[in-house]
Amino acid sequence: MYYIDPHIHMVSRTTDDYETLAKMGCIAMSEPAFWAGFDRGSVESFRDYFRQLTEFEPQRAAQYGIQHYTWLCINAKEAENVELSREVLAMIPEFLDKPNVIGIGEIGLNKNTVNESTIFMEHMELAIKYEQQILIHTPHLADKYQGTRMILDMLCDDSRIDRSRVLVDHVEEHTVRHVLDEGFWAGMTLYPVSKCTPQRAADIVEMYGTERLCVNSAGDWGPSKPTAVPDFIFEMRRRGHSERLIRKVVYDNPLEFFSQSEGFRFTPPDLSGSQLADA
Amino acid sequence: MPSPMSANEVLDREFLELRAKILELAASFDRLDRSEGLVQDDPRIKLLHQGLDLLQEKGDDRAEQVQLLFSRPYDDNWQAKFQLSR
Repeated sequence: MYYIDPHIHMVSRTTDDYETLAKMGCIAMSEPAFWAGFDRGSVESFRDYFRQLTEFEPQRAAQYGIQHYTWLCINAKEAENVELSREVLAMIPEFLDKPNVIGIGEIGLNKNTVNESTIFMEHMELAIKYEQQILIHTPHLADKYQGTRMILDMLCDDSRIDRSRVLVDHVEEHTVRHVLDEGFWAGMTLYPVSKCTPQRAADIVEMYGTERLCVNSAGDWGPSKPTAVPDFIFEMRRRGHSERLIRKVVYDNPLEFFSQSEGFRFTPPDLSGSQLADA
Repeated sequence: MPSPMSANEVLDREFLELRAKILELAASFDRLDRSEGLVQDDPRIKLLHQGLDLLQEKGDDRAEQVQLLFSRPYDDNWQAKFQLSR
């Protein structure tokens, strides 16, 4: 089954991973800007990183037939440095017209602090000013519930935000309902240890349905599995769910969400002559 | 959306996996008891015991309840406390 991974950090992965993902049916992916594992020291580090995301990674992906899109921001962890964050925010517009940029992200909260909240709202302003979609990181473990509620408060307090153009990521059992009830898209991240397993993600689909719900691997430099979306597909098949329903979550939904972005110039796979065309 | 699998099918598929997870929990608590030092007053132990109690509850939202148990509380007055303004 062809699928789209809406959240994966390929700068941290090898070219072998691109090949494996292509063999497993990944036809497109989006890569949000994130934390490198250490705090970067200057705005120039981010400029180089954004060049990597907008110039180098799309080429690397294309060698394996994968369409690569990206989101730009300074992540929540480094947002604690307000001065640097504002320098990065001022530089981001240089890259918004690059052909694979589809929005601002992954912005969000990490430890739910004043500085993180301040920079989150400044990212919102940037997205509104440039009519960009937004991809949002929610915190980890004990901070997730509080941080997700805070993020929803900030978004819902601003009437200029188009909720259908915002995806709140890393939802789990205790946050997914809040995100969907407020009219946002929700992403489930499939991680081997934290966040969601493919089994629990399948449970959430069964409990909440398939509308505005996506799954992703968020494969990065830490414990993660870039082929987690196929694991989800396999789990759904084992349970007896239809191909049409599975495809809605792993292909149709990310396509519908991304298609709202001007930068999303997608070439669908040629399914002519395939049984899949009628499935 | 109901699960396409019957309860019997779920049990058939997951019995050994559930058994293994319970065994891992039992072994972890044994390991704690065998180790030197006392942790019974550690708030994390209390949370773990509350989590075990939640598993005995009826309903289909145990996972959500366990998540909330291990979560920091949300205060809907947080923006005023942070003195945030747009």
